[in-house]
Amino acid sequence: MFGTSLLLALKEIRRHKLRSFLTTLGIIIGVASVVTMVSLGNGATQSVQEQVSSLGTNLLTIRPGSGFGRGGGARPAFFDLDDVEAVRTQIAGLRIVAPQTSAQATAIYEAQNWSTTVAGTTNGYFHASNLELAAGRIFSDAELAAGKSVCVIGETVRANLFRNAESLGKSLRLNDVSCRIIGVLEKRGQGGFGQDTDDQVVMPLKTAMRRLTGNQDVQTILIAVDQQFDSAAIGDAITSLLRERRHLRHGMEDDFRIFDSKQLSDTLSGTTRTLTMFLGAVAAVSLVVGGIGIMNIMLVSVTERTREIGIRLAIGAVRREVLMQFLIEAVTLSAIGGLIGLVVSFVATLLIAMAVDLPFTFDFGIAALAFVFSALVGILFGYVPAKRAASLNPIEALRHE
Amino acid sequence: MTRLIEVRGLTKVFGSGPNAFKALRGVDFDVESGDFVAVMGSSGSGKSTMMNILGCLDTPSTGSYRFLGHPVERLTQDQRALLRRRYIGFVFQGFNLLARTSALENVELPLLYRGESRAARHKGAMAALDRVGLTAWAKHTPSELSGGQQQRVAIARALVTEPQVLLADEPTGNLDSERSVEIMQLLSALNRDGGISIVMVTHEAEMAAYAHTIVRFKDGLVLAIEQREESIRVRN
Repeated sequence: MFGTSLLLALKEIRRHKLRSFLTTLGIIIGVASVVTMVSLGNGATQSVQEQVSSLGTNLLTIRPGSGFGRGGGARPAFFDLDDVEAVRTQIAGLRIVAPQTSAQATAIYEAQNWSTTVAGTTNGYFHASNLELAAGRIFSDAELAAGKSVCVIGETVRANLFRNAESLGKSLRLNDVSCRIIGVLEKRGQGGFGQDTDDQVVMPLKTAMRRLTGNQDVQTILIAVDQQFDSAAIGDAITSLLRERRHLRHGMEDDFRIFDSKQLSDTLSGTTRTLTMFLGAVAAVSLVVGGIGIMNIMLVSVTERTREIGIRLAIGAVRREVLMQFLIEAVTLSAIGGLIGLVVSFVATLLIAMAVDLPFTFDFGIAALAFVFSALVGILFGYVPAKRAASLNPIEALRHE
Repeated sequence: MTRLIEVRGLTKVFGSGPNAFKALRGVDFDVESGDFVAVMGSSGSGKSTMMNILGCLDTPSTGSYRFLGHPVERLTQDQRALLRRRYIGFVFQGFNLLARTSALENVELPLLYRGESRAARHKGAMAALDRVGLTAWAKHTPSELSGGQQQRVAIARALVTEPQVLLADEPTGNLDSERSVEIMQLLSALNRDGGISIVMVTHEAEMAAYAHTIVRFKDGLVLAIEQREESIRVRN
């Protein structure tokens, strides 16, 4: 009986191609929008995660102050090298500890000048931030220890000062300090978070302290946590260590902040995920509307085909068979709509991802879910018309014009 | 001859109370197997109601209806559908073919409901179309066929299940006289050569002349039953 009804339903759909297509259009759009939205949302989440991890994985950045904004009130004290040393020696599971000081400076080479940020730090900075060199080398131990006037420049600085000329080995002036360029960083592009790493000049920590800032302040401590360790637990350990060293009593707020790249990544991808769910839910509404569209057309179709139903009943169709035929028609229509919708969403996701430069991801889970849901919509909204068709009186149905 | 249909004291009332309309008021009526019965009467005489009850599309208010000895009024709706599917073929005045569906598919439809295989459906339907002389038109849809051809497709559809009885409700009502004669000759031949019982409603005496028995209805009662010695001979 099921086979018979399926066959009849398929024949009916084939006979009315245009009507069938228009009926399924709602489902096509519904499924396509749900799957596209969710897939693009997942792509966006992935993109955010990639951007964050490009800054360095499991990175802790410690800065003084109770927030990242420039709040009012007295500025809490910076760290010093003893703090850095204490962290390095007393906390386990740290791969890199890089102290950093920074200053604004105008870099001058011949007639060109460029206002930029100077970071004084150690080689750990390059490793922790995943910075690669396009040319030259990073600092030698001797240069670091002696505080030599050498620097590694970012691509933006290089481009503004040197254009197409060779920069390695040349000396540029930072405020009053002259330093020799030993390396050029690879272009990373605007990461979207933190400072622009292309627009900076990196010097050995000692050189920057002695010749640029003139103090022993460490403004930032950059820490790369070993993969096997939990960055949150290490963050807590560092917090209690630093609280002790900064003489913060119980009940006093931290006067420094630990900025965890993993946490940031989690927060941001949580946000995009919420947004994805929200968009998916809005799109799901269109899927329900598509289902109502199917019900509407099926109801019209039952009225239109009253006579046909009468004929079927007269030549020996059992009511159940008529019910099944209409139900299967509705489910088949919505399932076909669902399949077309999946194909459409696949293409749409691919095109949009290419257009807005997102990584292409296709969520097969949500695709399967949307497909099953579209078939369920067919059953739900196909039942009422099918029931109506099956309960027609054959004599009256035959008389129907 | 086995008694195919036996109707006793059949009544049918539509509506209730003061508006009740008695379409049938106690009908006694038999159809022997192999008979060709013409039911005649003016409109409103109850002949269509009678046909609907004979075709198990409707149930009587009181009285008994036995089909091959089985009391039909005790069957459930589904059982009656199965009885229609197995033993009864319908031919309507308006042909009632499925639009946009080929003659072949129309004829296959009853076999589809019987759950026959694809091959069996095709074979049976082609054989039925052959009996009405329309094998060449199997792929055509009703809109591409003349009225006479459409009625023949409808007859083929009724024949395809090899029913015990063909119920024809004014089968020539929508056809011109030439096509009407063709259809009547076809029915007559099926009755004579195929041994299929036929009950046909008509109000045209020329069409009734093909039958062996004429039952006249008036005001919900059987007025007269005439056994005809000589029905019109079919030209061979």
